[in-house]
Amino acid sequence: MTDARPEWAQLAVRGLYKSFGAVQALADVDLDVPAGQVTALCGDNGAGKSVLIKCIAGIHEPDRGHMYWNGRPVRIRSAHDASALGIETVYQDLALADNLDIVQNMFLGRERLRHRLLDENDMERAAGETLARLGVTTVRSIRQPVGSLSGGQRQSVAVAKAVMWNSKMVILDEPTAALGVTQTAMVLDLVRRLRDHGLGVLLISHNLNDVFAVGDRIAVLYLGRMVVQAEAASLDRQSAVEYMTTGGFGLTPVGGRPDGTGAGL
Amino acid sequence: MSQAVPSSGPDPAPPAPEGPEAVDLIAATGAAPLLPPEVLAQSLGGYARAQVLRIRGGDSGMLPVLLGLIAISVVFQTISPGHVFLSAGNIVNLFQQSAVFMVLAMAEIFVMLLGEIDLSIGFVGPVGAVIAVQLVQPSTTNWPWWAAIVVSLVVCGLIGAVQGALITRLRLASFIVTLAGLLIFNGVLLIVLAFGPFSGYPSLSGLQKNVHTLYDLMWGHVSPAAGWIVMILLVGALSVGLALRDSRRRRSGLVAPPTSITAIKIGLMAAVGVAVVAVCNVNRAAVGSTLRGVPWAIFIVLAVLGAWSFLLGRTRYGRYVYAIGGNPEAARRAGINVIRVRTWAFILCAFTAGIAGLLYASYLGGMSNNVNGGQLVLYAVAAAVIGGTSMFGGRGKAVHGVLGGLVIGGIYNGMYLQGLKVQWEYIVTGLVLIGAVTIDALSRRNATTSGRS
Repeated sequence: MTDARPEWAQLAVRGLYKSFGAVQALADVDLDVPAGQVTALCGDNGAGKSVLIKCIAGIHEPDRGHMYWNGRPVRIRSAHDASALGIETVYQDLALADNLDIVQNMFLGRERLRHRLLDENDMERAAGETLARLGVTTVRSIRQPVGSLSGGQRQSVAVAKAVMWNSKMVILDEPTAALGVTQTAMVLDLVRRLRDHGLGVLLISHNLNDVFAVGDRIAVLYLGRMVVQAEAASLDRQSAVEYMTTGGFGLTPVGGRPDGTGAGL
Repeated sequence: MSQAVPSSGPDPAPPAPEGPEAVDLIAATGAAPLLPPEVLAQSLGGYARAQVLRIRGGDSGMLPVLLGLIAISVVFQTISPGHVFLSAGNIVNLFQQSAVFMVLAMAEIFVMLLGEIDLSIGFVGPVGAVIAVQLVQPSTTNWPWWAAIVVSLVVCGLIGAVQGALITRLRLASFIVTLAGLLIFNGVLLIVLAFGPFSGYPSLSGLQKNVHTLYDLMWGHVSPAAGWIVMILLVGALSVGLALRDSRRRRSGLVAPPTSITAIKIGLMAAVGVAVVAVCNVNRAAVGSTLRGVPWAIFIVLAVLGAWSFLLGRTRYGRYVYAIGGNPEAARRAGINVIRVRTWAFILCAFTAGIAGLLYASYLGGMSNNVNGGQLVLYAVAAAVIGGTSMFGGRGKAVHGVLGGLVIGGIYNGMYLQGLKVQWEYIVTGLVLIGAVTIDALSRRNATTSGRS
């Protein structure tokens, strides 16, 4: 796994470039997101994390570069393309309607019908199964409005909504940013369960506690370049901070980097 | 709603240890999937407790407006001269006075659910109505009543489509577009009124059967026996539907109210039905003649209520209306055609206003230039808000319009019985409106402080 072959990972990004006018947001970015692992993508503000996930999610179209899905080259031009592959994204704003209940939110836009009317029973059953599978057990009733849930529960509902549709990879954008300690633990727990169910998880965070708590692999962006991609075990907190803040110049290269990018180029 | 359950914290990997302390948790936990405690541990008392919790949590629902109706009944019954407020004749009269507000409020609720407003319907409805009134005049066009109604409702729908398209496609503010509509259709009303040899007052009076059918929308009634039959059929059908739905949910292990609650609901429905028909079947005519039976207007209001409750509650379109009202961006990302749903809401709003307009014309026995559409629409908005619909979108039901309309009509009627002048009616209605939104705001503040942990 130390070479640049894209086959080993579920999603492999190679040589991605994206610029907005004169601003080079991403330059020659490689990224591997294997199934059944949590890949933590970190970087300081403005490092290009959001642009990168939006390229993967089909919101932005990259200027140059390739993406491989299970080794097969793919082009993701729209959010629809992404979900057709099985890539779902949970953005920071969660996109939940507070006035609708959990079931209604999870099926929003994909309601099940029976005799052309909403089939509430069927949807409620399916939503309950998904939540149970993910171990989301702290809500009083799946018929309560999302507005009455805690931050962690809302995050859980948004994740459950994303994985409900046979998705194979989930992108979570700063899922713990607005949460307290217990709520964060609950969401990280959910992230582990997604991994255990064999999904590839791409977790965007600049909270190193979270990154080291659940990350199997860590990828650091610095000013639009991927400065390191490594097994979490091979990095320590100190060097991760170094990579995020300086790009890692002056660090000795860590072992187990899957590709040629990284420190000390 | 206080989240009593701790958010489980760093729960160790397998969710196996769900002991008895997990009773409050969601249905599905591996071992006994989909058997929520609500189903297992359910009783009348438990259900009542859950309702109290819900109300204390800020979801007061229709409770305030129901309490308000009771308060209005008690107060006016006590102070009205001869205690006539709750007499059968006056109740029917009150209902006929409220019917226009009710239907107009149900129209407004469609756009209020989206967080929009339609100020024009106070004149759009009357424009539709005056078209119908003109078309059936025997001395001019002499159209059959049903064709006149179809044309007037279609015209209203088209007006809604134009206003809706301006609002959703050109992204103009609904307040401004429909304010312009209020002015424009006031003018159109005056123009259409002037057609024909009626000096601006086309009338529905006279014994000609075709014309009289329109007059009967408000003033006609069915025979006492027919009232009972229709009521029994209606309550029976609704009861069977309710019982079937609840038992199906219980069988498949989903959260459902206990059987006793289903029975109580059916009982309440039957009681209301019996009360309405019984009251309407009392002779309400002046001495020496008879006038009894359920007015057509009640059936028209019920039909609108049933249709719009069904559309909003059971269909995909209704779900999308609520979703857009709650979070338009989430709706858009879910792939919902937001523009189309919003445009249709304006069409349905204007269409329903057309029904209200026909009732209004019937109430007046014709059409005249002293229609105060500006006040009509404001009463409609007030009725919807008093009933429990939010101005900010996402929260509301068709039935709110009916209850709020009854409050407005009740105040109007009660003040009139007191012999109080119209200025006091305005002031009291305004105070009730302030009271309604205050209760709503306070209960919701309570919800936000106790809801999120």
